Amino acid sequence: MNSLILRMVAGRLVVALVTLLIVAVVIFFATALLPGDVVQILLGQAATPEAVKGLRTAMHLDQPAALRFLLWLKNLATGDLGVSYVNNIPVAELIGNRLGNSLKLAAVTAAISVPVALTLGVTAAILRGTLVDRMIAVFTIAVISVPEFLVATLAVIVFAVTLGWLPALSMTGDVTTISGLLKAFAMPVITLSFVISAQMIRMSRAAVIETLNAPYVEMALLKGASRRRMVLRHALPNALGPIVNAVALSLSYLLGGVIIVETIFNYPGIAKLMLDAVSTRDLPLIQGCAMIFCLAYLLLITIADIVTIVSNPRLRHA
Amino acid sequence: MTRLVEVRDLRIEARTDAGRIVEIIRGVSFDIDEGEIVALIGESGSGKTTIALDLMGYTRPGCRVTGGTVTLDGVEMGALPESRRATMRGSLVSYVPQSAAAAFNPAHTIMDQVVEVVQIHGSMPVAEARTRAVGLFRALALPNPDTIGDRYPHQVSGGQLQRLSAAMALIGNPKLVIFDEPTTALDVTTQVEVLRAFKSVMRQGGIAGVYVSHDLAVVAQIADRIIVLRHGEIQEEGRTADILERPQHAYTRQLLAAFRPGAAPRPPRIDQDDAPLLEVRGIVAGYGKADAEGLPPIRILKDVSLSLARGRNLGIVGESGCGKSTLARVIAGILPAARGEIVLDGRTLAPDFRQRRREDLRDLQIVFQSADTALNPRQSISEILGRPLAFYHGMGGRAREARVDQLLDMVRLPRALRHRRPGELSGGQKQRINLARALAADAKLILCDEITSALDTVVAAAIIDLLKELQRELSLSYLFISHDIETVRAICDEVVVMYKGAKVEQLRPDVNDGQPTQPYSRLLFSSVPQLRTGWLDGLAQDPELTRAFAQR
Amino acid sequence: MSVSLSSTEAPRRWRIGYRISPVGAVAFLVILAWAVVAVIAPLIAPHPVGEIVDFDFFQPMSAAYPMGTDYLGRDVLSRILFGARYTVGISLASVAIACFCGVTLGMAAAVIGGFFDAALSRFLDALISIPSKIMALVLVAAVGSSMPVLILTLAVIYTPGSYRFARALAVNVNAMDYVTVARVRGERLGHLIRAEILPGIIGPVLADLGLRFVFIVLLLSSMSFLGLGVQPPNADWGALVKENIGGLSLAAPAVIFPLIAIASLTISVNLLIDNLPQKIRDRSAA
Repeated sequence: MNSLILRMVAGRLVVALVTLLIVAVVIFFATALLPGDVVQILLGQAATPEAVKGLRTAMHLDQPAALRFLLWLKNLATGDLGVSYVNNIPVAELIGNRLGNSLKLAAVTAAISVPVALTLGVTAAILRGTLVDRMIAVFTIAVISVPEFLVATLAVIVFAVTLGWLPALSMTGDVTTISGLLKAFAMPVITLSFVISAQMIRMSRAAVIETLNAPYVEMALLKGASRRRMVLRHALPNALGPIVNAVALSLSYLLGGVIIVETIFNYPGIAKLMLDAVSTRDLPLIQGCAMIFCLAYLLLITIADIVTIVSNPRLRHA
Repeated sequence: MTRLVEVRDLRIEARTDAGRIVEIIRGVSFDIDEGEIVALIGESGSGKTTIALDLMGYTRPGCRVTGGTVTLDGVEMGALPESRRATMRGSLVSYVPQSAAAAFNPAHTIMDQVVEVVQIHGSMPVAEARTRAVGLFRALALPNPDTIGDRYPHQVSGGQLQRLSAAMALIGNPKLVIFDEPTTALDVTTQVEVLRAFKSVMRQGGIAGVYVSHDLAVVAQIADRIIVLRHGEIQEEGRTADILERPQHAYTRQLLAAFRPGAAPRPPRIDQDDAPLLEVRGIVAGYGKADAEGLPPIRILKDVSLSLARGRNLGIVGESGCGKSTLARVIAGILPAARGEIVLDGRTLAPDFRQRRREDLRDLQIVFQSADTALNPRQSISEILGRPLAFYHGMGGRAREARVDQLLDMVRLPRALRHRRPGELSGGQKQRINLARALAADAKLILCDEITSALDTVVAAAIIDLLKELQRELSLSYLFISHDIETVRAICDEVVVMYKGAKVEQLRPDVNDGQPTQPYSRLLFSSVPQLRTGWLDGLAQDPELTRAFAQR
Repeated sequence: MSVSLSSTEAPRRWRIGYRISPVGAVAFLVILAWAVVAVIAPLIAPHPVGEIVDFDFFQPMSAAYPMGTDYLGRDVLSRILFGARYTVGISLASVAIACFCGVTLGMAAAVIGGFFDAALSRFLDALISIPSKIMALVLVAAVGSSMPVLILTLAVIYTPGSYRFARALAVNVNAMDYVTVARVRGERLGHLIRAEILPGIIGPVLADLGLRFVFIVLLLSSMSFLGLGVQPPNADWGALVKENIGGLSLAAPAVIFPLIAIASLTISVNLLIDNLPQKIRDRSAA
């Protein structure tokens, strides 16, 4: 680690923080666009003007939006995400119950799809133009072209309806036994893995091909290196940054994918929670969930950027 | 001596971007004896690199050998499977690329990449290879030969990398080394050293070589024989001295003629006591946030002053990084000067072009090096030339069309070209359009920034002739910037030599016969290769001076 | 085998000279067919879109109902033909707004540079780090999902990406000497953008527009699938899937055909773009 790398990494972290702040502004003011008065919605049409006024004061709604934003931001920084309008439970508590489930789903999906996808992506790059490469290309373009619910319904038709291996749309909740766990996870994980693998395969293939076109790889060929050596020793070390970026970006697709998958398979995760909050217009809960998703995205992208910086030999040996 | 290489009726075709198939090598045959260095010379697109790579049994993607044979050390390369060819690369025949900076892998140390050749072929133990590598580093006159291998490619200079790539080529004890324009990207003072290093290791090892280049003067120093190529065909082949002194083929004569431009400075004009057209005083310019005194932290130009008399030409020469192109950008106002004054035709110009008056912008036009990037590929020639006419002179309709035709006449191009786009023109034609656009403004001063550097020798010579003709017809002055001293001397009355952002001296025809007096200028001028055999061997340069100035 | 488009064209100005692969040609025809269907749906639909034609729901394919009937016993074929209007129409409107705003701002930022560029880029990059579905949920929760709101929401979500893409291209072109020449000539921003930058990036920008269209179709379908997009009684293809998801365990055609409709459109656009000549797709060929 030298000071140049430290400076760049620090700069990247600052950018991430600034971005998070802008995101908070956008999310807060987008939800503040809500037409009509929240208090009216909460208390119903029959509420007395005094009750409305009282609740408005209690919720700081009589203060200017900027002030409310600062208050919200201050609470956010201390981990206080507010209280759900709908059931008066702290948002943090609601999210806390569900976040673990979503993370488990994401972890299992990543553990399966990252190694598979990277192997396929690098293989496709090495075998560029061959039948294998074309087959992988057809598969990936088909998967990235269709919505997640199509992959999910297709998986249901194949695994549940036709083959009858797995239950279709029920989350048993029984995660104590291995088979129960498998059954609960299988369909969501299969669906999500397909979706993010396709992205990852395409991007990692492109990253490796880009480095395979570098003059130093041609030079290795002119030194008598085998194809294997060109890829493993000369191309891959330089493709590390782009590949990590591909992985991070693909994993960020998980964030969108879980919304569909948790809904279809009735999986009790944070995305399902957010969707329910949208249908009840539970603003603090929506804000809290949205911030969690954006934080996850920023985390992934920032880690990828830092890996790119650290893995750049020109910076490492500056 | 026995035959090492036999090429017979080699034919290679390539697929263009548009999907057309063109034959780029058309029946080329030649031999190379053991220990002999043969130069392949020709302009861009002559197929010289394609032939050289095919000697290694390698054709770039998109190219295909359609006929003929290449026999290397008694083995026909084309008949071998790829895996057998790979065993010959690096061990029997090896390669020194044009850009070593791109050919070294940034992820590994130099030593690892040099000894990789013997690791691949298993030809000697790695420890022995390392010792041999250090020996080669020493033989190639590299600084710190014992430790330079531990560095990463981006930590050493371009000239050093070029020699290190030669070490990489030589470590496997090849019988043939292919040099692909290995000094083209280097400055002349560096080129002298690199050429010397190459020549001595090749002679000592008795290794045969193929030296690919467009530069006859460089080739004359190192090659035993020269093969002149054009459009994928051999024009002429002969011993170096014969080619230089008794060229048979018309194209060879053209090449040689382009190398000896009419360097005669024109007689000085009478209007000496006129106010100068351009006067530049005490320019300081650079990049980065200005400090308390308003000076940038990274200073590219340090107090540069010069003046250019009306109707005369001023050349600016120097090696890469000396600030000559920055000077052009500062005068044009693209990079505003932090200090100093620019006076054009008696008017002081604002440092930033955005604050300059339209007449000032019109009077001073800049012509860039690469016509490929200086002409919008999406506009037709008449649009490109018509725009300044409409913008500066409010010309429209028929008047503008007529003027465009006139401009094409002035730069000696057929009027029919007006409907074409830049992509359909040759390099020389594009550069003429580039010039015509500056003429369209009716400029008084044209800044020419390396305008001949990207062109082939013959084409560049024609552009220089055109510049001279235009100057005779119009009242024009040129500020001519180039790293090519011969070209500058061909067109300029006075020459400014720059080094590291400062003016070293201004050569005038009436002082010391136009010859340099300062140590750096002398080194620079003496490093320019001359078109005769034995120039390099006879060149005596003070090693102290070289060490002090050459940017290795 | 490849088809050249250049044979019948006039020789100089409009020479295309690109080769279109057969896959690309087929994909183009599919896209064209859906576009035509979207326009003339009322003329070719066998039944009115809301009419209950049979009391038997989730019928299999038959001569009378080529794609079966849905969960209320309506003709699925007719509903898909009408659904094309919503899916294609809304997506086209959104992508047009998103790309117009994104590309204009991107070019302006590249040419103007400095603080304007830095601030705009930082802000729009921040928007990109809000996952598109989350952004859609937040906006729909805030302002509802009427048709104009849906179009604007989708446009807002995909403007930053279009901006980033166009800006990256425009920055490359802006570094070209011919733009410098035009600047030093004294040209104004409008001319620089229109005459110097835009022609150099239009190919990749159009290819990007196609990809962005696919993203928008996917997001719109997903929103409708979640019940937050096109609202009943109207239905785009995503909403058709949602309506009939109950037929999934029967593998009813009512749930499968809308899926096929979506896939045929999005895969075709992707294939067409993948088979465009490198010259158009390449972001560096400016």
